[in-house]
Amino acid sequence: MAIYLIVALDVLNGISSLFLLCLGLAIIFGMMKIINLAHGEFIMLGAYATVISANAGVNIWIAMLVVAPLFVGLVGLVIERCLIRFLYGRLVDSMLATWGLSLLIIGIVTTIYGNTQQGVPTPLGGFSIGSYQSSYYTLFLAGMAVVMMAVVYSVMSYTRFGLIARATMQNPAMAATLGVNPARVYMSTFAVGAAITGLAGGLLAPVSGITPGMGGAYVAKAFMTVVGGGAAILSGTMSAASLFGAVNQVGAFFTTPVYGEVLVFTAAIVLIRLLPRGISGRFFKGNL
Amino acid sequence: MTFSRRRFLQRSAIASTTLIAAPAIFRSGAFGAENPIVIGSLHDQSGPIAASGTPMVYALQLAVDEINAGGGLLGRPLKVIHYDTQSNIQMYSQFAQQLAVKDKVDVVHGGITSASREAVRPTFDRFKVLYFYNVLYEGGVCDRNTFCTGTTPAQTVEKLVPSAMKKAGKKAYIIAADYNYGQITAKWMTKYVKDNGGEVLSTDFFPLDVTNFGTTISKIQAAKPDLILSALVGGNHTAFYRQWTSAGMKGKIPIASTTFGLVNEPTTLDAAESDSILGAYGYFEELTTPASKSFVEKIKKAHPDSPYVSELAACTYEGVMLWAAGVKKAASIDRMKVIAALEDGIAFDGPSGKVTLDKPTHHTTRNAFLAEVKDRKWSVLESYSDVKPADTASVCDLVKNPNDTKQYIINL
Repeated sequence: MAIYLIVALDVLNGISSLFLLCLGLAIIFGMMKIINLAHGEFIMLGAYATVISANAGVNIWIAMLVVAPLFVGLVGLVIERCLIRFLYGRLVDSMLATWGLSLLIIGIVTTIYGNTQQGVPTPLGGFSIGSYQSSYYTLFLAGMAVVMMAVVYSVMSYTRFGLIARATMQNPAMAATLGVNPARVYMSTFAVGAAITGLAGGLLAPVSGITPGMGGAYVAKAFMTVVGGGAAILSGTMSAASLFGAVNQVGAFFTTPVYGEVLVFTAAIVLIRLLPRGISGRFFKGNL
Repeated sequence: MTFSRRRFLQRSAIASTTLIAAPAIFRSGAFGAENPIVIGSLHDQSGPIAASGTPMVYALQLAVDEINAGGGLLGRPLKVIHYDTQSNIQMYSQFAQQLAVKDKVDVVHGGITSASREAVRPTFDRFKVLYFYNVLYEGGVCDRNTFCTGTTPAQTVEKLVPSAMKKAGKKAYIIAADYNYGQITAKWMTKYVKDNGGEVLSTDFFPLDVTNFGTTISKIQAAKPDLILSALVGGNHTAFYRQWTSAGMKGKIPIASTTFGLVNEPTTLDAAESDSILGAYGYFEELTTPASKSFVEKIKKAHPDSPYVSELAACTYEGVMLWAAGVKKAASIDRMKVIAALEDGIAFDGPSGKVTLDKPTHHTTRNAFLAEVKDRKWSVLESYSDVKPADTASVCDLVKNPNDTKQYIINL
């Protein structure tokens, strides 16, 4: 019995970390159609911001929940002003530019902090279910995923900023005629997307190996999930993250971690073949 | 000044004659006694493997500086031509060609991963350039042109597994990286567990980009092993030790690893995450012999920010010194003469102790050490002297088959 609970927790853990990793990307890609190949490096920057400020004496929770998103949000803002704003509507160019950007960020971080591991210990402890052990941090990540979902949902549905952002994404020209400045909306949306990605990096910092190249491990899965999810930022990303996270964890549990990975990619291929517009292109049309 | 055609032709003729003759003039030693013996170096100083490669370059440079300070070899100074291979196999192939064809080096030290070694070894065989590979690896390379000075599983895993089993118990769970090193090392672990009367409950492999070890930790708990044997590799896999600790498993099941702490894991992980992990290598920075202390001191003095000085650095230093001893003995830098001299029982007392080249395998008989992480440092528990490369010896005999050039997969 206990083992099923533990597996359920693993699945929950897989889903919530995948969702957190993808949410920022979904906002940037889903709303502005910018393929941000530097997404992994935003995660890495969030993790570094957490580790470095925590090791400098900042409380670990503040480092994760405040420093990481603020820092990466600012970086995102600068990048949007200097690079991305010239690339709206140029999908292929945005890929090339952000790929170059990712190499640049890796290079800068390597130059400053070297190529070696960094880390902070995991806060919270473990608990046991029957004879099995799991960590409170898993539950905390799941909680954060729910909180982020709620925050993004309410901002998008109930605030003026959310309304303007959605309007701008649907039809920038019309929004502009109504007195909205699309450039400013894009800028803030990009910064918010970057900040959420930084938060994900900060949250994962205590349970990952942190090196300048760590982003590479996340970027492919993040894109797969966002594309698999389709146009709806929240419902799409959540459903795709649930699908892929569950397939990966259950697959890894019952077979081996190698097949766990293989199964996820197979699931993604099948999904895109059956639902070319992603899950939300079929099931949650018009939802957020 | 007018620039006539005649003058142009005259000048060009003079210039080109000088250029063409230049190598002859320089080579003949007319301009001083420079005519260095050239050592090629292929090490990663950037990219994911840089933390391993950087101290190796320091160690190589230290050895060369010491030889030069002692008057060089055969009355000639040593010169290093170093290329940063950027953790990229393509760079290895390219720079190996360059070292052999353009720089015409007398020996090459380098290669870190097994993949990089197999990318350059055929090149050096073809162009007849002597090659030293100074890294611990899975064993089995059998090539008269190549010397492997690092440890192989029979020297380290063979010590690690029984001591870990003695401490923990008979049932082991193996977790390893999913490429040739991890696959082959897992086989060795299985063999030694069985040889010592134990049982392997399960062997799990992980692609290098796996970052979430939650299910693995659950599976391990379900299998209830006495001991975990890890050959996980790289930054992403370090997450395992973090997640293991955060699940509260630390201290419940002991871990022994063939890869942990080869770079700088003990100093970057929290003490709670790394304490009491067992490891076995051919060298630890913490060894207290005078030779080891002075070696570490010299490297740290020249490079205060050097990453952990591991077996990789020590073997590189010893590799260069062994080669130098061979050149001295041969009194020549002719490749075949040097190989013959190196096969003639060359030994060197290095930071890890006495290292002897083994003629039939071109590997080394060297000391091995067992250590445990304590408060973010290795604490050496036991040392084993003069351990032979028995694994490679079981498949490779260069005395009988001097023309062999392949890497044997050792059947277990």
